[in-house]
Amino acid sequence: MLKINNLHAYYGESEIISGVNMQVDEGKVVCLLGRNGVGKSTLLKSIMGQVKTPVGTIDFNGSNIAKIAPHKRARAGIGYVPQGRDIFPQMTVLENLLLGLEVHGGKGKIEDRIFELFPVLKDMLGRKGGDLSGGQQQQLAIARALVANPKLLILDEPTEGIQPSIIQDIGRVITHLKQDGDMMIFLVEQYLEFALDIADYCYVMEKGEIVLDGAMGDIDIEEIKKRIAI
Amino acid sequence: MGTYLTQIFNGISVSSVYLIAALGLSITFGLMKVINMAHGEFIMIGAYTAFVVQSIFLNYLSGIFSVYFIVAIPVSFITAGIIGYVLEILVIRHLYGRPLDSLLATWGVSLTLQQLARSIFGAPNVDVKSPNWLNGGIQVISGFVMPYKRLFIILLVALCLTGVYLLLYRTPYGRRIRAVMQNRNMASSLGIPTRKVDAYTFALGSGLAGIAGCALALLGSIGPTLGSNYIVDTFMVVVLGGVSRLAGTIAGASIIGVGDTLFEFLTDTTMAKVLIFAVVIVFLQWKPKGLFTISSRELDD
Repeated sequence: MLKINNLHAYYGESEIISGVNMQVDEGKVVCLLGRNGVGKSTLLKSIMGQVKTPVGTIDFNGSNIAKIAPHKRARAGIGYVPQGRDIFPQMTVLENLLLGLEVHGGKGKIEDRIFELFPVLKDMLGRKGGDLSGGQQQQLAIARALVANPKLLILDEPTEGIQPSIIQDIGRVITHLKQDGDMMIFLVEQYLEFALDIADYCYVMEKGEIVLDGAMGDIDIEEIKKRIAI
Repeated sequence: MGTYLTQIFNGISVSSVYLIAALGLSITFGLMKVINMAHGEFIMIGAYTAFVVQSIFLNYLSGIFSVYFIVAIPVSFITAGIIGYVLEILVIRHLYGRPLDSLLATWGVSLTLQQLARSIFGAPNVDVKSPNWLNGGIQVISGFVMPYKRLFIILLVALCLTGVYLLLYRTPYGRRIRAVMQNRNMASSLGIPTRKVDAYTFALGSGLAGIAGCALALLGSIGPTLGSNYIVDTFMVVVLGGVSRLAGTIAGASIIGVGDTLFEFLTDTTMAKVLIFAVVIVFLQWKPKGLFTISSRELDD
């Protein structure tokens, strides 16, 4: 379980996240919605340890990870797919995937399941990551995170700038992972229909604070639309 | 005929010396973006290590003196590597992303290390005695001799280069190093301990400088300022070749080495330096990122 308590995060002097409380339960897909620049990506970076969080706690499976180094958080079982994918452009697809095994100190092998989820990657193992299209890079980034079998998968706008057919593929993968039921998925999205399709629970963020939350079915969709409309 | 062959061989030989001196720098400067002015001092440390190993063999193991140089190479690598590791933890670690500060700080470290060498070994230069099997050379045709020492250095450089290539591109360690250098944040998010990788990478670069110093000990005497004589040239090699590519370092070293010899043959030593620097300056006006640049969809810095 991931439980965030009164979390604050800063870029220099300016406060980006001001007192966020939220929670992701076992086997659930939780979606964080909000306009541009309200701090959604920063919240994900805070969970991953890329942003300093002087105040607040991040409880992950019983221990507070708010102060430990990013690589230890990854090793605790958090897989991260950042906005912009952050594929290693000079490395081959295979090398990118092998880096996913670093959470186990580089040991183990890439399970066939990865290529069942993303068949397109199998034919591209020798190509440079930077030569892939945006959609292929997105799939590679998700695959790289899944190689480690994380307990919590964090996805930052996986549909951004991606062609519709690949968005469908990605949606299918997330649904598939959800049906397996042993992985928590925390998703940041601006594409509302995509989010509503797969989420169990939604949070809406404004100016670094959670302003609305609720389980799918209970939450007022019209209210969400109002909050995230530009 | 002999004269020309000698010039070509000298060109290759000088290139190999530049290459081995620049190899470590291409890792610390090229990959890690640390302007390490103390790189030359790691060359010096390697050279003095060769001297110390030689003295130990002279005093205690004179029966097998001829193999001392083979022992000196890994010892130089390890000594320079350990000192580099300590330097990374004490100084460099706090200066990532601050090139000007790192330049000043490492310059200070460089002066400190020089003075330390002076205090330990004295101001006058010392010499290592080449083992017998490195004296002499192969007479190919009349007027063209390939000295064993030079051949040995070329071979040593080839071995180091192959080793570094295999380490960087064929092992998980190398994959980790490249991941951290290409995208530090993402690498740490994947579970790579970036601090540890930084320290090991810096130690590797310093260790390679140590091997360079060991090789240079064969060619001339060893003094506290041995390294500073090479630092400008080695930076030039890395910048000309284009940072973050091994192939660039090889090309840079070849051009500067062969150019040096060629201009020296046509004019004189001082003029040759002026000419080669002028060529590099003009070239960098045209291609500021050096010979080998990385072009990719996702790289826009």
